[in-house]
Amino acid sequence: MTVESTAARTTRRSAGTTGGTAGKRTTAKSTAAKKPAAAKKSPSGEPELVQLLTPEGKRVKSAAYDKYVTGITPEDLRGLYRDMVLTRRFDAEATSLQRQGELGLWASLLGQEAAQIGSGRATREDDYVFPTYREHGVAWCRGVDPTNLLGMFRGVNNGGWDPNSNNFHLYTIVIGSQTLHATGYAMGVAKDGADSAVIAYFGDGASSQGDVAESFTFSAVYNAPVVFFCQNNQWAISEPTERQTRVPLYQRAQGYGFPGVRVDGNDVLACLAVTRWALERARGGEGPTLVEAYTYRMGAHTTSDDPSKYRADEEREAWEAKDPILRLRRYLEASNHADEGFFAELEAESEALGKRVREAVRAMPDPDHFAIFENVYADGHALVDEERAQFAAYQASFADGEGA
Amino acid sequence: MAVEKMALAKAINESLRRALETDPKVLVMGEDVGKLGGVFRVTDGLQKDFGESRVIDTPLAESGIVGTAIGLALRGYRPVVEIQFDGFVFPAYDQIVTQLAKMHARSLGKVKLPVVVRIPYGGGIGAVEHHSESPEALFAHVSGLKVVSPSNAGDAYWMMQQAIQSDDPVIFFEPKRRYWDKAEVNTEAIPGPLHKARVVREGTDLTLVAYGPMVKLCQEVADAAAEEGRSLEILDLRSVSPLDFDSIQASVEKTRRLVVVHEAPVFFGSGAEIAARITERCFYHLEAPVLRVGGYHAPYPPARLEEEYLPGLDRVLDAVDRSLAY
Repeated sequence: MTVESTAARTTRRSAGTTGGTAGKRTTAKSTAAKKPAAAKKSPSGEPELVQLLTPEGKRVKSAAYDKYVTGITPEDLRGLYRDMVLTRRFDAEATSLQRQGELGLWASLLGQEAAQIGSGRATREDDYVFPTYREHGVAWCRGVDPTNLLGMFRGVNNGGWDPNSNNFHLYTIVIGSQTLHATGYAMGVAKDGADSAVIAYFGDGASSQGDVAESFTFSAVYNAPVVFFCQNNQWAISEPTERQTRVPLYQRAQGYGFPGVRVDGNDVLACLAVTRWALERARGGEGPTLVEAYTYRMGAHTTSDDPSKYRADEEREAWEAKDPILRLRRYLEASNHADEGFFAELEAESEALGKRVREAVRAMPDPDHFAIFENVYADGHALVDEERAQFAAYQASFADGEGA
Repeated sequence: MAVEKMALAKAINESLRRALETDPKVLVMGEDVGKLGGVFRVTDGLQKDFGESRVIDTPLAESGIVGTAIGLALRGYRPVVEIQFDGFVFPAYDQIVTQLAKMHARSLGKVKLPVVVRIPYGGGIGAVEHHSESPEALFAHVSGLKVVSPSNAGDAYWMMQQAIQSDDPVIFFEPKRRYWDKAEVNTEAIPGPLHKARVVREGTDLTLVAYGPMVKLCQEVADAAAEEGRSLEILDLRSVSPLDFDSIQASVEKTRRLVVVHEAPVFFGSGAEIAARITERCFYHLEAPVLRVGGYHAPYPPARLEEEYLPGLDRVLDAVDRSLAY
């Protein structure tokens, strides 16, 4: 590996750093407590941060992970680029729609495109994905129509898609709950003798939740084919990673008896390779893996918070230099894998997507009033029936008054 | 043999055995449910006969038990999980309330979660703290859950069958102090609906409503009252959510008096809901306010005091007297 210095820069917000390039701002944000030094090697023996593309778009070698991207073609690379650009465009449109009052809330993925597209494209059709509420890029990879993601944020439903159509579960808002669902699902996969795998997404904040710890315990004990994909975007609303952990998150896996790997979350190629490796381990009966995608949430946690109150602009600027989309573009250009025509065409496609999303949101009908009472129970329930009837009578009283 | 006398715990065991035999997707999960057969031996012998992949000993993590059961249900399994005691369900409460109860509605009906959560509950066995509570109202308040409690072996057998077959999550409260009470179980009977109350005893002067462990007490109360010339009707609700108000109403319209008995604290308990609704439904039939007998608004007491805390014969008879005095 030739990326030690880059790794050091990228990991400077972790507990301890691997080199002297840790910026002066790190101390400004860190807690007063003395931090333990981070291990330079992961349990799998790899350097701390797996990287295949430097921020400058230079391809670097990895003895362990290159083989998971050897067959990748220029067309595949352009596809990954397209996925990231369109996902970012979709996300920007949703943020604008929230500002315009069309959505009640939005959780932006800005900056996390590589982590999501790289890992999402590593999944197979028969794998099952358990997202949190920010996995718009993973949803894109699974074929979920992005407009379907907006219903819950607009307030017309609490889900918006059939989880079984794309093997992409509903967004989970309670932090970390879905890691247990993923583990249970994976236990079922193993019982069925199937060779598919399960992937659970969560954040650095969720790593503090008991459910995540319990999911690590259960998955290890039952050797469940599940990949835990933690997007460490450095901030849990206003709480930095230092408020969640004293050791690098990927190292937690060791205590549960399975491997943990930290991957450069802004490097789509590395995320693809590492996730493929982890999913193959799961499919091969080798049990769970923890992947920590070291990345950065460039925007707010959601549209209701204000990052300027808890973090400095310089921090975001430092991470913008490691922008996942820019990085792949540099590589595509330097290796002549994409020409100007490709980028221009994609720009037009992006604008068309933005327009489609905008129109779809504005055209979204309010749900039928009686939706309140639908699907509360699969088998029905006397109280729901009674209250539905009361509601109907009340509604009808207005209709009569209007002569409807 | 279709009809056999057996203890309530054994009836649940037989019911689980039947479900495991009938449907390969049924799983039994929980702490100590395997080799030990559960701390009350309700799952005794099941792992021996169905193997470790069907009867699963779990890590000591209640949220993990329910959370993974949800995942297994999403994969097409029908898990029956055991929470070892009532007071230990709370680490799993988040998974039950925010996930298990809501996923069917959130998915607009695309996802079904046929999970049964078995909870031995209630007091009267001289246990230490967190081993004697009756938290059923906390679950009944949550839409998306069904909450049931059998009072005898026959019901326990059939209600467990119905709970496992239900596509909705069911919180199955087992009256632990009645585990050893024997009753006839007809394994070939055709059971009534899961939510339907049962008239245990007909009477004309007053209706006693109870479920789970308090049904037997109410029978003793009715016997004692009969010696004083009082004719009490007893209704075993069997299900707390949904609640069979129609059956309660029919009984109250006949007897015109109602006393609700449960072990849980009276304040905001199921008795409060019954009193309010029956007052709405039967206002002009009632000769007395609906009275409630239950636990106090205090932590469940140490075992040496539980007889003071729990509804007993005299406390229920006192309520009956007060009602009849109006």
